[in-house]
Amino acid sequence: MNNNACLLKCTDIYVRFGGVMALSGVNFQAAKGSISALIGPNGAGKTTLLNVITGMIPHSDGSIEFNSRDLSKVATHIRSQEGMVRTFQNLEVFSHMSVLENVMTGAHNRYKYSVLDSIFKTPRYFARERECRQAALEKLKFVGLENEWNLPALDLPYGKQRLLELARAICGQPELILLDEPAAGLNPRETRTLGEVISAVRQDLGITVVLVEHDMELVMSISDEITVLNFGQVIATGTPGDIQNNPEVIKAYLGSED
Amino acid sequence: MEGRKSIISLAVFIVAAAGFPWILTNEYYISILILAGITAIGVVGLNLLLGFAGQISLGHAAFFGISAYTSAILTTNYGFPVLAGIIAGIILSAVVAFLIGMPALKLRALSLAMATLGFGLIVYIFLNETITLTGGPSGFVGIPRFNALGYEFYSDLAYYYLVAGVLTVVIVISLNLINSRAGRALKAIHSSENAARVMGINVFRFKLFVFVLSAVFAAIAGGLYAHYLSFVAPSSFGFHASLQLIVMAILGGMSSVWGGVIGALFLTAMPEFLRMYEELETILYGLILILCMMFMPQGLVGGLAKLSVYISDRLFRRRLK
Amino acid sequence: MDLGSTLQYLISGLTVGSTYGLTALGFTIIFNATRVINFAQGEFVMLGGMLAVYFAGAFNIGLIPAILLAVACTTLVGVCMERVAIRPVQGAHVVNIIIITIGVSIFIRGVAMIFLGKDTFVLPPFSGTQAIYFLGATIIPQSIWILLITMLVLLGLRAFFNNTIFGKAMLACSFEQKAAHLVGISVDRMVMLSFAISALVGSIGGVILTPITMTSYDVGIMLGLKGFAACILGGLGNPFGAAAGGLIIGVLEALGAGFISSAFKDAFAFIILLVILFVKPSGIFGRADIERV
Repeated sequence: MNNNACLLKCTDIYVRFGGVMALSGVNFQAAKGSISALIGPNGAGKTTLLNVITGMIPHSDGSIEFNSRDLSKVATHIRSQEGMVRTFQNLEVFSHMSVLENVMTGAHNRYKYSVLDSIFKTPRYFARERECRQAALEKLKFVGLENEWNLPALDLPYGKQRLLELARAICGQPELILLDEPAAGLNPRETRTLGEVISAVRQDLGITVVLVEHDMELVMSISDEITVLNFGQVIATGTPGDIQNNPEVIKAYLGSED
Repeated sequence: MEGRKSIISLAVFIVAAAGFPWILTNEYYISILILAGITAIGVVGLNLLLGFAGQISLGHAAFFGISAYTSAILTTNYGFPVLAGIIAGIILSAVVAFLIGMPALKLRALSLAMATLGFGLIVYIFLNETITLTGGPSGFVGIPRFNALGYEFYSDLAYYYLVAGVLTVVIVISLNLINSRAGRALKAIHSSENAARVMGINVFRFKLFVFVLSAVFAAIAGGLYAHYLSFVAPSSFGFHASLQLIVMAILGGMSSVWGGVIGALFLTAMPEFLRMYEELETILYGLILILCMMFMPQGLVGGLAKLSVYISDRLFRRRLK
Repeated sequence: MDLGSTLQYLISGLTVGSTYGLTALGFTIIFNATRVINFAQGEFVMLGGMLAVYFAGAFNIGLIPAILLAVACTTLVGVCMERVAIRPVQGAHVVNIIIITIGVSIFIRGVAMIFLGKDTFVLPPFSGTQAIYFLGATIIPQSIWILLITMLVLLGLRAFFNNTIFGKAMLACSFEQKAAHLVGISVDRMVMLSFAISALVGSIGGVILTPITMTSYDVGIMLGLKGFAACILGGLGNPFGAAAGGLIIGVLEALGAGFISSAFKDAFAFIILLVILFVKPSGIFGRADIERV
């Protein structure tokens, strides 16, 4: 992997929960403009790694570099402002808002104005709100939800809520999105649509993608590089072809796959 | 969309508020409306905290009390002009809210509720026991009537319009805040703090902002209260009062700024009407709370919304026929 | 700061603390079963004392029958509350149910005020007023009764939860309602049982304390609040933490009132509460939680 094009670099990550070592000596990289997948059996530590990367849980050792900046001690919301966004395994759609408002919130830091602008309804308030709405509608169109923009977010069927979370994540035009099992609970057709959208996110929007997934068809079809975790350790890294034929991986994981 | 709905409701409110005194000409009713309006100013703030940001404060009456007593003491004992006294009260409440909010808002929901509960009770006990400063349980008398810019709001009618005016400003500020980026951030925090953080929202700073803002609104109300009744007592700012505020916010309807206004109006006016039942007042009050929550889970605002939908449905259906 | 007065304060603190503990226990039991904070808990405590006074006076029966009747009645009130005000709104938002409990507490207070009057009442001590002198402290026999009865209640509850099928079923409900339902436990009945036990325990707490602190229709408010604080202190959801929390608050309150200032006595409970919340929010006996996304 060419170091210059490395957007995200996790080196030697250790995470301890009480007496359990959730991650030991994990190295993970995502090259700029790539789709990198993270797979492994349940409990391998995939979501834990995402939590560490986004700053939601602390790590006891190791470093996280983003755009060559060390973000190990930085708070989650600042990492987001640096250009790193994620989605969640258990949908965390904003339930008290409409679909459009959800996506507009994704651009919270892109179209800024102060509280005073809000209270006095200055021209800047109107301009930024308009720009934010535009951007949000664009992203909804990108994922195929433009007709549902006015619905309460929870009124959407499950599959569309997943797409909504994705639209929200890309609205702020981040450099990197981390997707935590985005295909969970989706049927094959919905999964295929999701795969197309994720590829388009990389292709058309130039956003680097890190994908945690169980759905092997999705992973194998769109990923450039795959890292396999088991019991908190990396057991293999390589292209989809490499991984499919790797005996360690097959032993640990692929043998009992869907 | 939201903006237009808000403007219509605001227009209706202003017309209603301006018109009330012409319909309810009795002095007694006007005084009830004044108290309801003052309470509403505080409840709207609490609603922002509770309904939109999803943070519980069980000691909010303390901010009313801190401001009321500060202004009372400064104006009565030290001859401060009323406006200066109220501003001092607001500043003190804001500072206290900031100091309490800093550690408390880092706690999870129930712990925050307890911390604010404890804080409220401590303030109440302080007001009750520091007799040389506050006059203790028997209260503090002789507070001058509100006057500003040379005009003294002597008559109840004038005071009513003063309160209505301040309430309108508070409502406009709240509505504008909700229909903005900050409003979305608050609603996001309410739904999922983790997702909000990941969107780049500084969750803690927003919580602190809303907490202090709601304390400021409560402080404004406290000041107006003191300079209307010319008398304050700690019993108006204790746990019972804080609980009343919460109930008003929830009963009115947590997810709407108007919920705070309606809740305050309803629960200020209702005990007055129940008073004619004397002994049964407490029992009826409890019963009404229970029944309202059972049959109108979205609060009065939700209930009114359902009612208007029902009515317009029937009218519409008739026209179709 | 001699041993005598310290011991004195300790004992009076444990005495009042027992009632706080029993109140807190009641809160916890209902919270575990329903996730609801029952604001009427303090009224159960009030009813214990007030009804005992009423029955003893109105029907001229002995102290013990009056107490038993009062506790039984309050338990019935708890069951009625669950049936009439809680069960119909089963699936509602927790916050709404909490307001309903507030409504119920106001209602019960109003009824007590009308039918039992606004006066302050007292019960005779269970076994006379002959004080006992111990290491420089004066102990009234009622204190010993209080500690004894509280201990018995705690042991009884422990036996109930660990050894009887009903108790284990309740524990199951508190951990995972859906799973409990799936294995055939009637969640409705468990909820009703939790209200019954809370009322029982709360009323006992009220009765045993009345000979010392007297009672009136509005004692429930402060007792309820302090019981609630004790709950949080001990770690919400932990029944024996709640009881311990009550004792701790009682003792610290008494020590504070004795050595620092008695005017601010009521504030001590809440100052302690704030300190604990800012230092260890999960309570003294609660596990420090690790947030997993």
